[in-house]
Amino acid sequence: MKINGAELLVKALKKEGVDIVFGYPGGQAIDIFEALYDEKSIEVILPRHEQALVHAADGYARSTGKVGVCIATSGPGATNLVTGIATANADSVPLVCITGQVPLGIMGNDAFQEVDIVGITRNICKYAVTVRRREDLGRIIKEAFYIARTGRPGPVLIDFPKDIQIAIGNDIYPNEVSIRGYKPNRDVHIGQVKKAIAELNKAKRPIFLLGGGVNIANANEEVQKLIELTGVPVVTTMMGKGAIPSNHKLYLGNLGIHGSYAANHAISESDLLFSIGTRFNDRITGKIEEFAPKAKIIHVDIDPASISKNIKVDIPIVADAKIAIEKITEYAKKLDIEPWVKTVMEWKKEYPITLAHYSGLTPDKIIQYINENYKKPIVTTDVGQNQLWTTQFIELQGNKQLLTSGGLGTMGYGFPAAIGAQIGNPKSRVFAISGDGGVQMNIQELATAVSLELPITLIIFNNEYLGNVRQWQEMLFKKRYSSTHLKYRRSIKEENANIPYTPDFVKLAESYFAYGKRITKEEEIPEAFKFADEHKNAPTVLEFIIDSKINVSPMVPIGNALNDMIMQC
Amino acid sequence: MEKRWVSMYVENQIGVLAKITGLFSGKNYNLDSISVGETEDKTVSRITMGLTCDNLTYEQILKQLNRSVEVIKVLDFTNMPIHKKELMFIKVNLDSETEKNEIFRLAQTFKFDVIDYNGKTAVIQAINNDKENEQLIQLFENYFKNEIEVVRSGSIAIEKI
Repeated sequence: MKINGAELLVKALKKEGVDIVFGYPGGQAIDIFEALYDEKSIEVILPRHEQALVHAADGYARSTGKVGVCIATSGPGATNLVTGIATANADSVPLVCITGQVPLGIMGNDAFQEVDIVGITRNICKYAVTVRRREDLGRIIKEAFYIARTGRPGPVLIDFPKDIQIAIGNDIYPNEVSIRGYKPNRDVHIGQVKKAIAELNKAKRPIFLLGGGVNIANANEEVQKLIELTGVPVVTTMMGKGAIPSNHKLYLGNLGIHGSYAANHAISESDLLFSIGTRFNDRITGKIEEFAPKAKIIHVDIDPASISKNIKVDIPIVADAKIAIEKITEYAKKLDIEPWVKTVMEWKKEYPITLAHYSGLTPDKIIQYINENYKKPIVTTDVGQNQLWTTQFIELQGNKQLLTSGGLGTMGYGFPAAIGAQIGNPKSRVFAISGDGGVQMNIQELATAVSLELPITLIIFNNEYLGNVRQWQEMLFKKRYSSTHLKYRRSIKEENANIPYTPDFVKLAESYFAYGKRITKEEEIPEAFKFADEHKNAPTVLEFIIDSKINVSPMVPIGNALNDMIMQC
Repeated sequence: MEKRWVSMYVENQIGVLAKITGLFSGKNYNLDSISVGETEDKTVSRITMGLTCDNLTYEQILKQLNRSVEVIKVLDFTNMPIHKKELMFIKVNLDSETEKNEIFRLAQTFKFDVIDYNGKTAVIQAINNDKENEQLIQLFENYFKNEIEVVRSGSIAIEKI
């Protein structure tokens, strides 16, 4: 049968099992939306900004494990995707982003709404390609989905010129894919596993370090089995949180510059660091020369380029985390490391992460309410203190429950990601936890959530500041709060002047026909959540007024070794 | 810091060269020379790259190149027996009779040809390895008082039999 390019795209999406796409139309994408209009099996979600569109697709992908699909128009539509693509790339999220493009014949002539989006995104996605011939279209889409979801997952961009969209051609969508430059390895090398096991069995102070790769590979049950079999304590990265249940007795918390005392000290004292699915980002290593100085390092990762990039690894194992862990478990045994386990457990008990030195309405109490009252909710965060508190205090039972921009640190991520997560998980309770700064970067998505009748609870920790930067300014820049106070008025100079916060988040919510409530006291937490629970077909904004002086603790100042921490900031 | 040589098979498509060079600039790697050309298979190009870096960075560069979808195969030529040549042109204005005689005499001793000459200006062509061409540039700078104009192709290399 002869169909046009846009129709072949729709056919391809169906063959890939896509039932949700996140799309924003425009002049050079109109034919795609025309082709989607009659397709009953695919729902098109219309966010209110293309950046939010990608974050929503990202939240959908992270929470379901499926590929997120984005469609935007050329030029500004495409450039608005950039931050979201870079966010997904940093956190290994599978996306296929399709951008309309001006017709091939006028490409390069600075046409209206023309931009070289392949050139712009080349360094921030896994693969980017322009469709230049109608007969290549089916193969290119097939390859895009394959590249996005295999190996270390990531975003793929297809630039789709208008004339190819309308060009009539065959309707063939290939079943197979063969890319000569892309052959990701999943299987594990047994020789490396045996070497790793030999080191593990010798170790007196071993520790497992689990990153986001464990969650992406769905290796949660397998890794828990391995940990319980060996009896080795475990820490996670921010992205690895949930790899094993947070209440597991061998779990010491997150490591890193806001990690727990026990996790950071365990890494620093360990003689064997068994890491899986992490890339040793500077936020987890602290001063790199003093990271795990006494340890031999084993590193399992599906991406060879993540091995020995930041930290020199002694035994690399390139493989899918799940396959590797299963194989390692076959050879592993119970270790005789009782004194070590006792030591780290004492650290865990002695130095918990806490905000107990503050009174009143504190973020930990709000998160604790979620921990105690909701079963397996999905929680998204924005970036900054809200993210650090959430990843410190939230308790998870498994993966796909915590969505956060860990790698790129994108403000504005949390709320649209929650929209994608709620769409992909209609039965789950979804919370977006944000700060008053970041939430304003994509606040327009209230309209999307209202129009789709999504019962998301948007939690705003309003402390009037870009709090994370404020904390640094307080601690490291002599309290010079340069450009971080969001209550600023040009004509008012005195501190603590009684200025109303802008916007009024409750009124703002109501203006979108969402529900809103402001909470100022600790006692009001339960009723606030009950208020949100009542609204099954609309989002609720809960604005918690947080004292701006509450800082994230503990903290490893930049340049310090991991175990050189300030316990109370 | 050591000199390295890499040979790659890549897809012969628009943007592939930009992908490779973008990787180098984006990741702060140092690239000394790069030359690209089509192979016997029109869908494949071959790139020869010269770079200077430490061992750790080099390991990362090879991995990053390998993980690029557009890169079909990466060969480390650094310590392999290879044939490696670079084409270089030098244009120079010759002011005196001594200089005019000198250039033809040098051509008999060193490995280059005078391929163009009009009595005032000469163009020479040299096909050597990159180090020999460096030495030739030095030689020309020492022998001729006018500024020289140098164009180099970057090295290309192939495995020895």
